[in-house]
Amino acid sequence: MKLNEEQLIYLKRLIEPARIQTGKEIGEDYSHDELGGITAYPDVLIKVISTEEVSKIMTYAYKQDIPVVVRGAGTGLVGAAVAVCGGIMIETTLMNHVLELDEENLTVTVEPGVLLMELAQFAEEHSFLYPPDPGEKSATIGGNISTNAGGMRAVKYGVTRDYVRGLTVVLPNGKVEKFGGKIVKNSSGYSLKDLIVGSEGTLGIITEAILKLVPLPNKSVSLLVPYEKIEDAIETVPKIIKLKTTPTAIEFMERNVLLFAEEFLGRKFPDTKSEAYLLLTFDGSSSVQVESEYETVAQYCLEHGARDVFIVDTPERRDAVWSARGAFLEAIKASTTEMDECDVVVPRNCVAEFILFTHSLSKKFNIRIPSFGHAGDGNLHIYICRDRLAEQEWKCTLSEVFAEMYEKALKLGGAVSGEHGVGYAKKKYLRKQVGDEQIRLMREIKRVFDPKGLLNPQKVI
Amino acid sequence: MKILVCIKQVPGTTSVEIDPETGVLKRDGVESKMNPFDLYAVEQALILQEKYGGNVDVITMGPAQAKAVLEEAIYMGADRGILISDRKFAGADVVATSYTLSQGIKKAGQYDLILCGKQTTDGDTAQVGPETAEFLDMEHVTNVKEISAVEGYEVLVTENQENCFRKIRLKTPCLLTIEKDVNSPRLPSYKRKTEMKNPDIVELSLSDFEDVNEENYGLLGSPTQVERIFPPEKNESRQLFEGPGRELGDRIFEILKLKKFVV
Repeated sequence: MKLNEEQLIYLKRLIEPARIQTGKEIGEDYSHDELGGITAYPDVLIKVISTEEVSKIMTYAYKQDIPVVVRGAGTGLVGAAVAVCGGIMIETTLMNHVLELDEENLTVTVEPGVLLMELAQFAEEHSFLYPPDPGEKSATIGGNISTNAGGMRAVKYGVTRDYVRGLTVVLPNGKVEKFGGKIVKNSSGYSLKDLIVGSEGTLGIITEAILKLVPLPNKSVSLLVPYEKIEDAIETVPKIIKLKTTPTAIEFMERNVLLFAEEFLGRKFPDTKSEAYLLLTFDGSSSVQVESEYETVAQYCLEHGARDVFIVDTPERRDAVWSARGAFLEAIKASTTEMDECDVVVPRNCVAEFILFTHSLSKKFNIRIPSFGHAGDGNLHIYICRDRLAEQEWKCTLSEVFAEMYEKALKLGGAVSGEHGVGYAKKKYLRKQVGDEQIRLMREIKRVFDPKGLLNPQKVI
Repeated sequence: MKILVCIKQVPGTTSVEIDPETGVLKRDGVESKMNPFDLYAVEQALILQEKYGGNVDVITMGPAQAKAVLEEAIYMGADRGILISDRKFAGADVVATSYTLSQGIKKAGQYDLILCGKQTTDGDTAQVGPETAEFLDMEHVTNVKEISAVEGYEVLVTENQENCFRKIRLKTPCLLTIEKDVNSPRLPSYKRKTEMKNPDIVELSLSDFEDVNEENYGLLGSPTQVERIFPPEKNESRQLFEGPGRELGDRIFEILKLKKFVV
């Protein structure tokens, strides 16, 4: 919808000129995210600086029936932060302050625009760890909470939801509510805080978050384990978990993706002689503890088909290995003309079967499908590359490949999205996964929060 | 081809603190690791070995625990380690260190090529390599970015001179210090570690050397006397000059003269 002159004048009176843009002043960046395949401009872009301001905007928008969408750093992959109905876009990147570190309660209170890398660094400087570690470090924490982002350390530490203690939320009617708090336990009624986490900006606008921290582990060692075949690598993972050790991360990577990363970064990976690799990390309070844990796993891997086990134990080595891992998404993107992604999650002992299935799809449809992912938690990142396909053919193939992949994931007991969310792009697959009754429940919840359906319309459900 | 790589154990973190009272580095609880610059030299040696055959030995000077970096190099692929260790070597400056290394190298065997990292992360002088070569009366080149050919008794190397590359042909045996980032150092192999229960490491002390005169080693053999170590004052102000090297040299000389740092 288009805002009328009177509405624009009202908003411009509310917000200082440097932080509000309208119409053609709005940059192209604000019309899309990193991948979602959907483009739409908001009518007004407001860079907010406080909860009160968000509340005022929301109160007005709700009275005036103006759609509102919240955007962080725009690093989403499913179009969740695209203003598909126009209206107001609230951008949070100026709300980027760490408000409080409470060392007695082990919490940090932040504004939603703080970037993940800034939060990670802040925590580390104070000898704490904020465990969630999604690949996209320049995402905002508000975005991370909204998608319940996971990341590489989920095997041991869990996902973003496990670290959200409290939220300040502006509801669609403009009221400001605090959910949760610095408390560790809470059995007091429905957990509205947990409903907001992962709701992709459809239920309320997060303007402050109290996050849980853990003491920073003193020692961290990774193992890079080469295998002849990808199935050998991935089939080892559930067995490693069965050994009752607790790696922080278990990632799998294939040689072809490593080569893209080498080209993208312009530097060589320490080893590319094998077809497939597992990358495991162990952390703990002392070298002795970490060593005894990784040796059990290293020994097991060597006895069960690994070609070797390489030790990644210094900052230089970690950088050489993990910088490649961190660049996979961008590297695959750079290797093709266009791509779309599938972020399914399956039970951990089904990862190998699913990856082999994507290999068979790649042959069947004659299309490149590189992948990597969190073998330790069953969350895969699978990329379908357009390469030289013509527009129509690309769209057809993509939709067929997607349909088969999601069907397979469901058969294995999996879910549509492990950490990127549903947003705009994956709505129809969510419906298939959860069925009509659950969609009805979700819609009813949405209606209670947002009876007019103005906050991030047409997303998720 | 017989190659020897000189390596050093350094503190594991970059933020080493100095005790303001005693002026001594706080080493308690600080983990150590192989000097990151040495990794490129070890990798270069292993690449040459893959191409031309022969052996790769690694040598280090330090206390008993420095053995760990030799083991690490062996797990990367080196064949043998040599640890030069003696209380009498303690407190050595660059000259005494280089002399000690040269004595150890003579004892360790005959090598065609001696490789070093271009500098260390703790001492940062970048002088031990060339000075060791001088004591060994050997040709040497620093900041080598490429060893392009090994033919008989000659090697062809490319030296990085910051603003240009220089190709140099030199006779073996010779000593080269390897530039950083010229390769991707391989990772230590846990498999190799378990297969080699007792890695081949030789220990040498003063009594094994050709020159056993204590006065040439450690604090006694060091012309540099350290009066005090203190953390530098942080000063962010700077002036940036650009231009050809000669002009810049003159300019800096003028400034130093003006400030009476040189006369």
